[in-house]
Amino acid sequence: MLTATVFLPLAGAIAIMVLLGNNPRGVKWFAAAIGIAEFVLSIIVFVKYDSAVGGFQLAERFDWIPLMDIQYHLAIDGLSAPLILLTGLLGLAAIYSSWSVATRHKEYFAWLLVLQTAVMGVFAAQDFILFFIFWELELIPMFFLISIWGSGRKEYSAMKFLLFTFTGSAFMLVGLLTVFFSVNTFDMTQLVEMDLNNLILPSQLVFAFFFIGFAIKLPIWPVHTWLPDAHTDAPTAVSVMLAGVLLKMGGYGLIRINVSMFPDVAVDAAVPMAILAVISIIYGAMITFRQSDLKRLVANSSVSHMGFVLLGISSIGATAGNLSPIGLTGAAMQMFTHGTITGLLFVMVGVVYDKAHTRHVPDLGGLATRMPIAAVAFIVAGLASLGLPGTSGFAAEIMIFLGTFPAYGAITALATVGVLLAAGYVLWMVQRTLFGPQRERWEYLTDVSAVEAVAPVLLMAAILIVGVYPAIVSDVFRSGINDLFPRLME
Amino acid sequence: MSPHDIYLLSPEISLAAVAFMVVIADMVNGPKRLVTGTAVIGLAIPLLFTVLLWGEVSDWWSLLDPQIGEQVGYSLPALYGTLAVDRFALFFKFLFIGSVGLVLLSSYGYVERFAERRSEFHVLIMLSAVGMMLMAAGTELITLYVALELATLPLVALAAFGGDRRSSEAGLKYLVLGAIASAVLLYGMTLTFAFTGSTNLESMALVIGQAAAGTTGDFGGPLLAVGIVLLVAGFGFKIAAVPFHGWVPDVYEGSPLPATAFLSVASKAAGFAVIIRVFFTAFESLEIDWSLLFAVIAAVSMTIGNLVAIAQTNVKRMLAYSTIAHAGYMLVGLAAVASRTVDGVSIGSETLLFYLGGYAVTNLAAFFAIMAIMERTRSELIESFAGMSQRAPWLALALSVALLSLTGIPPTVGFMAKLFVFGAAIKADLAWLVAIGAVNSVISAYFYLRVIRVMYLAEATDDAKAPRVLSLDVSVAVTAVAVIVLGVWPQGLLEIANRAVERIF
Repeated sequence: MLTATVFLPLAGAIAIMVLLGNNPRGVKWFAAAIGIAEFVLSIIVFVKYDSAVGGFQLAERFDWIPLMDIQYHLAIDGLSAPLILLTGLLGLAAIYSSWSVATRHKEYFAWLLVLQTAVMGVFAAQDFILFFIFWELELIPMFFLISIWGSGRKEYSAMKFLLFTFTGSAFMLVGLLTVFFSVNTFDMTQLVEMDLNNLILPSQLVFAFFFIGFAIKLPIWPVHTWLPDAHTDAPTAVSVMLAGVLLKMGGYGLIRINVSMFPDVAVDAAVPMAILAVISIIYGAMITFRQSDLKRLVANSSVSHMGFVLLGISSIGATAGNLSPIGLTGAAMQMFTHGTITGLLFVMVGVVYDKAHTRHVPDLGGLATRMPIAAVAFIVAGLASLGLPGTSGFAAEIMIFLGTFPAYGAITALATVGVLLAAGYVLWMVQRTLFGPQRERWEYLTDVSAVEAVAPVLLMAAILIVGVYPAIVSDVFRSGINDLFPRLME
Repeated sequence: MSPHDIYLLSPEISLAAVAFMVVIADMVNGPKRLVTGTAVIGLAIPLLFTVLLWGEVSDWWSLLDPQIGEQVGYSLPALYGTLAVDRFALFFKFLFIGSVGLVLLSSYGYVERFAERRSEFHVLIMLSAVGMMLMAAGTELITLYVALELATLPLVALAAFGGDRRSSEAGLKYLVLGAIASAVLLYGMTLTFAFTGSTNLESMALVIGQAAAGTTGDFGGPLLAVGIVLLVAGFGFKIAAVPFHGWVPDVYEGSPLPATAFLSVASKAAGFAVIIRVFFTAFESLEIDWSLLFAVIAAVSMTIGNLVAIAQTNVKRMLAYSTIAHAGYMLVGLAAVASRTVDGVSIGSETLLFYLGGYAVTNLAAFFAIMAIMERTRSELIESFAGMSQRAPWLALALSVALLSLTGIPPTVGFMAKLFVFGAAIKADLAWLVAIGAVNSVISAYFYLRVIRVMYLAEATDDAKAPRVLSLDVSVAVTAVAVIVLGVWPQGLLEIANRAVERIF
């Protein structure tokens, strides 16, 4: 089941390259079919996961490289199940928002599907080496997708993305080899139960190695600089995937490895993490204010929003009486909701750019009358992004604040400034692009077509459903967090 | 030489015999296919003998006098104990035979450039391989030295085979610098002989073991220390490690491509074979000392190789610096000797052997793809590869796979090789070295991916077609597919590498 979910896109990619002809329509519909099948599979996986039971489920394993004790081991727990669903959803959205890709269709959709396999693999792998392989596998498609189909300084951005991530994974590799040769297993389901305080290197150092790798991916100030470039120059669908799921790999890794495997070190490091988080939140938001390029704006807002994930994680530093799993659950929720919200924002920015051929905010204006449906989606995404109650963004952020406030009141109060700033830049962006005086130059714009509407509708549905009834996702996350929580209480 | 010795040396003898058959095939003035055909198909004979001997030392069958087999176990001495037939040597014999076969197959079209010397080209490569096989088997210093010269001299001729100025320069450079390295090596051997009174590795080990008992950090005294350092210098030349790498860029650039490919893969492997054999046998008791020495050379080789490679515009020079860097990664595996477990299975050298095999496949794939691409571009500049993804999509893909493997990105064998080697080093408490290696992988990503970027992003500047050469296409396909297969399923090669080192060290 999980194997099929992980490798279906890869099989689709190979089929596109080998079997299909050069007909763009055929390639697109084939990719869409794979995307739908994959989305259905991810829903099935999500539903099959029984959060009442908890623990790791749907495991598939066999000895892969016995001499090195490396296994092929896929399984999901409450933490990864919603992220698998998210990847399926955004993968489909990404395919549908690629309809206007004009060149080299076959390669494009093949790489997009390979990317999906890599991300699915990261969330499903429970063997350290397998995890790392999927983690690295995502580099190649991203490099090609940005540098071939991107815009602007695309080659620079692609290389920057690659070198940043590769640096992070170099540290991770040292970390995971250290863990292996200390306790002789790569099995992540076992590692979370082991005491990793006595490794051949100090466990603080190993923790730092992993933290650097994941912080670059998340990204956290000061290693976030690759993100605005990569986002801005990537094609729409790749921005969707990047913001929607790739950043989540960083947050997922922090919870799965840093917090779960090194709880003692993580608790010690909670305050520095909280400080980094707040800097990310506020710095990211302030930078966002300065942007006039729609895509850069959304990209920078991601830095701020991902800061909330780290803030939620840092809630583990709370004193014994105040410690509750709600902060971590909120962090996980924030990953899920940010995926849908920012995914939608990027889709809508892509739609606007496709039609108006500019992303320069001052040039736009009054688009709402020309494209009302698109405007609705845009506004929903915007409101969710600033955390309006009733949208998913609210649910996540309130949980994070509830978790961190008992731990560090001052820091949390400071972080709420980020929410205020978010309200500022989101409303400012919406107002200046969608409303204001109508301009003659935008007379010709048409509203979204049926195909273009698929992705926004899907994502809007996700935002509203989770907003109204967050428990659908948060209960599952909660079960995953609860599994690792007893270790934090010790 | 008893019949027994002839059997034990049959891979080498038959390979030399095949080389002479190639000369004869050339003399009969048959179609040009005959020469390459004789050579490639003829390789089946040494290959068969190697398989036979592998079975012999693995106790699968015994064609020998059973008593001899029982006496010596898994290492059969040949020629009065100067050569050993064990799985370690046989592993390398497989590697050399495979490299020769692929290089000859791929160069079928390339040798048109020096058509009247077609057979010489084949013969030189094969004779060099004979020398390398003896290097892998040698257990005695004089034998090792002679084998090393036998391997090197044909390579000198091969480097100069292109006939133009650059190629002649390459040949001369290799000859002169190689001679200096040989002299240094010989001096090192003399000093160690002076210390131990023997040229046999096992006897040397006994003397050194007694002399060095209880001491660390001084290589067992100044005489031996100087000897070992000189040996390292001499062998360092063969494996192209910094600071003995001065010849590499010019020789790589000037030599004909197939010769460069062979040089980069087989010659390096042979150098490592000797290093492993000599240091793990004779200087075993000093391993803490030389492990550190190799660790330092590894760090410097990786760093300098990768940093200088960034600046290269010529693809052959880039691969030259890349090979220097990879010598560094391999030396990480060598330095990780201290990770040995009690039962005698050395995870360090086993991963090193895996690395050598994986590197051979990867580098051959890269060179073959470049060979095929240069048939179209007629230029060695990286920028001339522009738009290759449109002009020759499969070649571009094959070269990309090879380059990703050199970078160490999964799912390629290069990733697995680095993973294993770094793992061994972590186990040997060399985390600092692994950190340097990991950072170096990042640096190397920059210049390897630049080639990929040029092939996939830049617009093609011309559209010259090249006639299809089936044998070259096959070589590219076989090696590129092997890079992926070994990357997804490394267990097989790892198992063989494991067998090759167990019970020797």
